Amino acid sequence: MCDCQSKRDALVPQIAVITKIRQDTDDVRTFRVEKPTGGRCFDYLPGQCAIISVPGLGEAIFSITSSPTNKEALEFSIKRCGRLTDYLHGVEAGQQIAIRGPYGNSFPVEGELKNKNLLFIAGGIGLAPLHSVINYALDNRDGYGSLDVVYGARSTQDFVSYEELSQIWPDKPNVRVHLTIDRAEEGWEGHVGFVPKFVQDLAFSTDKTVLVCGPPIMIKLTLAALAAMGFGKEQIYTTLEMKMKCGIGKCGRCNIGSKYVCKDGPVFRCDELDELPDEY
Amino acid sequence: MLKINRERFEELFTLLDKQGRLYLPVAKDGKTDYAAWSAGSAVDLAATVTAKSPKGLFFPQIENLMEFTRTGNKLALEARPLPVEKTIAFGVRACDLASFKLLDKVFLKEPVDEYYAARRANCTLIGLACSEPEETCFCHAFGIDLAEGEADVRTYQVGDELFWEAATPKGEELTAAVSGLLTEEASGAAKVAKAKTAVREVFQKMPLAGLKLSAEKCKAPNEIFADKAWEELSKTCIGCGTCTYVCPTCHCYDVRDHDGGERVERYRCWDSCLFSDFTNMSGGNPRTGRLERFRQRYMHKLIYFPDNNEGDFACVGCGRCLQKCPVSLNIVKVARALGVTENV
Ligand code: SF4
Ligand code: SF4
Ligand code: FES
Repeated sequence: MCDCQSKRDALVPQIAVITKIRQDTDDVRTFRVEKPTGGRCFDYLPGQCAIISVPGLGEAIFSITSSPTNKEALEFSIKRCGRLTDYLHGVEAGQQIAIRGPYGNSFPVEGELKNKNLLFIAGGIGLAPLHSVINYALDNRDGYGSLDVVYGARSTQDFVSYEELSQIWPDKPNVRVHLTIDRAEEGWEGHVGFVPKFVQDLAFSTDKTVLVCGPPIMIKLTLAALAAMGFGKEQIYTTLEMKMKCGIGKCGRCNIGSKYVCKDGPVFRCDELDELPDEY
Repeated sequence: MLKINRERFEELFTLLDKQGRLYLPVAKDGKTDYAAWSAGSAVDLAATVTAKSPKGLFFPQIENLMEFTRTGNKLALEARPLPVEKTIAFGVRACDLASFKLLDKVFLKEPVDEYYAARRANCTLIGLACSEPEETCFCHAFGIDLAEGEADVRTYQVGDELFWEAATPKGEELTAAVSGLLTEEASGAAKVAKAKTAVREVFQKMPLAGLKLSAEKCKAPNEIFADKAWEELSKTCIGCGTCTYVCPTCHCYDVRDHDGGERVERYRCWDSCLFSDFTNMSGGNPRTGRLERFRQRYMHKLIYFPDNNEGDFACVGCGRCLQKCPVSLNIVKVARALGVTENV
């Protein structure tokens, strides 16, 4: 007989509370989530995800935006793009939700990324998973070389985490932030143009390890640009997005080839991606 | 060997049902499926393959997992207690018994599916050797012996006699509990051995007897994926999901909420990779068409699952998809067309 009373199934979440909401852009808000009694819901690594429940609307998976070095809370930058995210965008601080995780693998911050010069390339909401790595590297500054962040958004109104991008990160030693927007705007003196081209213009040396996140088309073109610049596939990491339900490799939904994005991903090194059928 | 005669089956079922809730093949509305036994049930031990697989005993088609209660901006959550009821499954065939081992590889892998694990642990399996394999059977292709399933108790039907043999400590415990109905027959072992040989011989002459699957001898996964044959194969699939529904090893599920106002019930239910919204996301659907979805089911069974599970295919050769697909598609056709068989 099973020892039934003490066990809790992995699909059962814990209750948490949204303690702070920041409006980043028109359609992106960043939510701070804690246990109802205060404190962080669980430990995790940069790049890992959590599944957020809104009873009645179901569950959705999000990458954790905050760095694990932030011990007090989890943060999620969430774009409005469906029923559950619509709901989240409508709530106020104090609202309880349910959460489970962490899920998936992580960027190898204590492995292959250690002591490397890192180049982060993000488009739109793709900054969310990289944000966790960037702050992790900044909080463990001796463990990493130079940090370059290339970030593109539709307009100046669409930068997520603008305060960190414009004021906090650029002030740190050996960190450079390169921002670009799609179309010229009055008052914007920075770069205008799409990310892949911008990356090429910036002519980075190939001694860097690259982390790319963003919309699929941006990822595809950026990978092509990096290849043209001489970066090898084994130097580049990215994340995949797939529909998910269980988050634990059982429901079958996120299966691509022999991998389950929810547990073997979301982070893949680009040479590993080549082995997967083109179904993402 | 222990045995019981057919005329005492009702007594046996009555006594078994006292040891744990008894499930067995019951004929109803012209088909036979596993159902909870009650006095007078039309128990059908002649049907070799039930319409649906018995996977629902451990992985129900629909099950409530938890309930949320909303009060203002506060939430409370109560997980459904894990099932504690003892159960007995009687009459389970070798292919279905083997399918549980495959489901275990999914559900008992960390993090363990506690609902499945509890049901599995609470169940005592009584296997029944096949005596009349069907034309669609090909369990041998997966090393399964139709005359010898892996159960807690193994039973063999010979004429009107049912021979009974405990194979595990759990099986011995159950045997002790029903021993009052079982009698010892000295010539039993010889009768059973003869019956086993006979049915294995019959099986040798069945249409799919020559079929052999080989994961090693076939082409590389990406070549199979890109094979032109998928187009022709998937052309007539209507995406009804019948094959996944009846299959003992298909385990995809969905998690959904039923919103009852203050209370929300979260449940899990079977799902199918053949349904168009299975992978549909706000950002698009990576498997847009019938071909892609059909290919996913069979790539998973023949390539991906073996790759993750020491070469085991996600199929036990029960033949249900051969019997039930409305347009006669099935795993044998697919395996042959793709050269996953050793002898096409
Ligand atoms: S794929 Fe077909 S033959 Fe194989 S286990 Fe499933 S239903 Fe049975
Ligand atoms: S049963 Fe046949 S038609 Fe229905 S989804 Fe399966 S392969 Fe397609
Ligand atoms: S989300 Fe269920 S298997 Fe990955």
